[in-house]
Amino acid sequence: MIDAPARISVAPAATTDARPQAQRPKMAARGLDFHYDGFRALKDVSLDVAEKRVTALIGPSGCGKSTLLRVFNRIYSIYPGQHASGAVLLDGENILDPKYPLNRLRSKVGMVFQKPVPFPMSIYDNIAYGIRHHEKLSKAEMDVRVELALVQGALWGEVKDKLRQSALGLSGGQQQRLCIARAIALRPEVILLDEPTSALDPIATGKIEQLISELKAHFTIAIVTHNMQQAARCSDFTAFMYLGELVEFGETERLFTKPEKKQTEDYITGRFG
Amino acid sequence: MAQASAIQAIDPAAHQAGERRNLRDARADRAFHWLVASAGMFVLLALGGAALSMLWGGREAFSEFGLGFLFSTEWDAVNRNFGALVPIYGTLVTALIAMLIAVPVSFGIALFLTEVAPAWLRGPVGAAIELLAGIPSIIYGMWGLFVFVPIMGEYVTPWLNDHLGEWPLVGALFTGPPLGIGMLTAGIVLAIMVIPFVSSVMREVFLTVPTRLKESAYALGSTTWEVVWNIVLPYTRSAVIGGIFLGLGRALGETMAVTFVLGNAHRLSASLLEPGNSIAATIANEFTEADSDLYRSSLIALGFLLFVVTFFVLAAAKLMLRRLSRQEGKR
Amino acid sequence: MSRASERLYRRRSLVNGFNMVASGLCAAFGLFWLVWILWTTLRTGLSAISLDLFTKMTPPPGSEGGLANALFGSLLMSTAAILIGTPIGVAAGTWLAEYARKRPLGEAVRFVNDILLSAPSIVLGLFVYTLVVAQVGHFSGWAGALALALIVLPVVVRTTDEMLQLVPGTMREAALSLGIPQWKVTLQVLYRSALPGIVTGILLALARISGETAPLLFTALNNQYWTHDMNAPMASVPVVIFQYAMSPYESWHALAWAGAFVVTIFVLLLSLLSRAILLRNKVTHD
Repeated sequence: MIDAPARISVAPAATTDARPQAQRPKMAARGLDFHYDGFRALKDVSLDVAEKRVTALIGPSGCGKSTLLRVFNRIYSIYPGQHASGAVLLDGENILDPKYPLNRLRSKVGMVFQKPVPFPMSIYDNIAYGIRHHEKLSKAEMDVRVELALVQGALWGEVKDKLRQSALGLSGGQQQRLCIARAIALRPEVILLDEPTSALDPIATGKIEQLISELKAHFTIAIVTHNMQQAARCSDFTAFMYLGELVEFGETERLFTKPEKKQTEDYITGRFG
Repeated sequence: MAQASAIQAIDPAAHQAGERRNLRDARADRAFHWLVASAGMFVLLALGGAALSMLWGGREAFSEFGLGFLFSTEWDAVNRNFGALVPIYGTLVTALIAMLIAVPVSFGIALFLTEVAPAWLRGPVGAAIELLAGIPSIIYGMWGLFVFVPIMGEYVTPWLNDHLGEWPLVGALFTGPPLGIGMLTAGIVLAIMVIPFVSSVMREVFLTVPTRLKESAYALGSTTWEVVWNIVLPYTRSAVIGGIFLGLGRALGETMAVTFVLGNAHRLSASLLEPGNSIAATIANEFTEADSDLYRSSLIALGFLLFVVTFFVLAAAKLMLRRLSRQEGKR
Repeated sequence: MSRASERLYRRRSLVNGFNMVASGLCAAFGLFWLVWILWTTLRTGLSAISLDLFTKMTPPPGSEGGLANALFGSLLMSTAAILIGTPIGVAAGTWLAEYARKRPLGEAVRFVNDILLSAPSIVLGLFVYTLVVAQVGHFSGWAGALALALIVLPVVVRTTDEMLQLVPGTMREAALSLGIPQWKVTLQVLYRSALPGIVTGILLALARISGETAPLLFTALNNQYWTHDMNAPMASVPVVIFQYAMSPYESWHALAWAGAFVVTIFVLLLSLLSRAILLRNKVTHD
């Protein structure tokens, strides 16, 4: 899976800003390439994801932003014919190393998808299901964990009286917050959000954005979005990608006000994409 | 290389628990994969096993009679001389009669259910026709024997004798004793059985025609019939033929519905009103009475022939149905 | 409009009207047989129904009796067939949907399964005869159950495969990204999601085998007496119907009709039930 190690470098990713953060990045891609069915979807991408900050990935469809996110917890590996090379570091360890335990990676790096997908079970079990696989807890401990996750997911107030009901009965926005709570329940360090609001109405979207800004106190967040206002509203850093390459990366405010690359400027001013 | 070593090594202690769990999960995953894959292989094995076991069971008959087995009308249990021509002929003729009736009727039903009937009628009528498909074939057989055969014997056969029997060429087909049992009766009962299968396949494939294709034809002033004949049928042609072959496969292999009304007579006869036999009916009637190994082997050999023929008919049906779904996938 | 085009128009709408009426007649034709067959079965069968049917054994020619041993035999063999066919079918369907999608071997198995689905059932009976009965040396309930299981198998494979393919891919990704291994995801999340469909498939398979006669004729054969020994020949309702209906005795005919009534009602109920399950669960996948 990994190319010759000589290609990998831990030197900070080249950004057009001064170093975005002083400390070591929580997650980082180094010389990352991604292929599927002979198509090169990511080209030598290097990117830092700062701890307890929100990093947004933007770009026109097909630019590889979702692909990059899907490499961060190796969810791509369930499909044959998809292949990543280079390195993705989590606390300095290369998660693309086949020796890196997959369940550990997945418990440290949670993911929420475009469409809310509650499991066909009760609200309570949706949260408890993942925990049960990783930890042995008593009933009382589990109750506490489920409540905490739902509180953190800003859903507790709405569902506390119907925890035993099927999660399929919730509204779309509630379902998506449930999915976030489900990911939080495993106490991950990083949360990946793949266009989490694209299937939701504006009010539900507002609630999720509010939630994201609350969550960054505890978690490192990477979010893919096709909505530039969303990136501007909730992220600290923004990466602009185009045709599988990282074009520009920097602090959100700076990137949106003073883009350095022509392509970035064209995209954020709506001239293409 | 110096750069590479700068990547922090994976910390052994912290990983041990995760690693162990990972190994256990991976092992369970492999076991599960192996389990379901062998179940998949079992399906292949079942079909292959069926073919081979019948070839094996029929080996005595094949080696005794050789290719002549296919062309001999002999069926003599006492002198142990068996030939497959009469049952093969009966199987083909009854299936042909069934398809001659079932294909146009099924097309009409599918047309009615997709284009003609008012919306509120489509659900109930469609469901009722599909109920017909769920009735066990032995019920068709019984109904055929006790209800339909007397009607055929009393009214239909004499009428056919009087009216069509005099005609040149086809006359011989419709001359016979007023028994009621025979190829024609079996063919009609088979048709009733096959209609729901064929019509539900046709209905499904008609529904795959994109609405905008039909709408643009209607917009040009086409009548419903013209839309069906010029747009729907050409668009779905291969799948419609696939559905017909699916019905043909059923008709060829159907046992109980035919056994009751065919008459179990090993005689090659030009008339459709005479008793005859089919492969499946011969096996069903005689297998438990077969008193010699050669007799039983001949029956199994008949089964093998039936299997081979239906395999090719059904395979053709699947291939033609698949063509439409691939076309669907492309859009 | 010119006269010629008017004539053409009239001819076209005439053709159209004729064919529309013909299609309605075809539907009426199909319904006509359904009503006739059901009516005959229900009316004749109902008059032959009595308590004896469920308490007495199949009688020798000319005397009174019931179908108790045949009903019990059918129940036993059908249950065994479902218990054998379902796990293998669900597993094979899982392999097709989860591991072999778009792989040539998977396509081959799917193809063969479809053929098995409509293969003549009498052929499966012959298969089990040569494989089991000829080897063991006698007919048995187990052989009958095995032949029926071969009919259950493709139905369950097909529905499991289809239902699992309907489960959205993101459901798998969401569960896997919680660090849960694939086998657990399949058993605990995907099956739960596909359950109504799989149950429907099993019910349809049960409906199919409860009327199957041909594969039992030379595997389970028949038995005049009550037995729960699956190693011995065993009676079943369809085989008894076949034997009695082909006989010259009036009392046997009546029993055959009663059996046909029971089988038909059972099959109709099963198909209604499976329809209801499908309708009720349609909303879950949007």
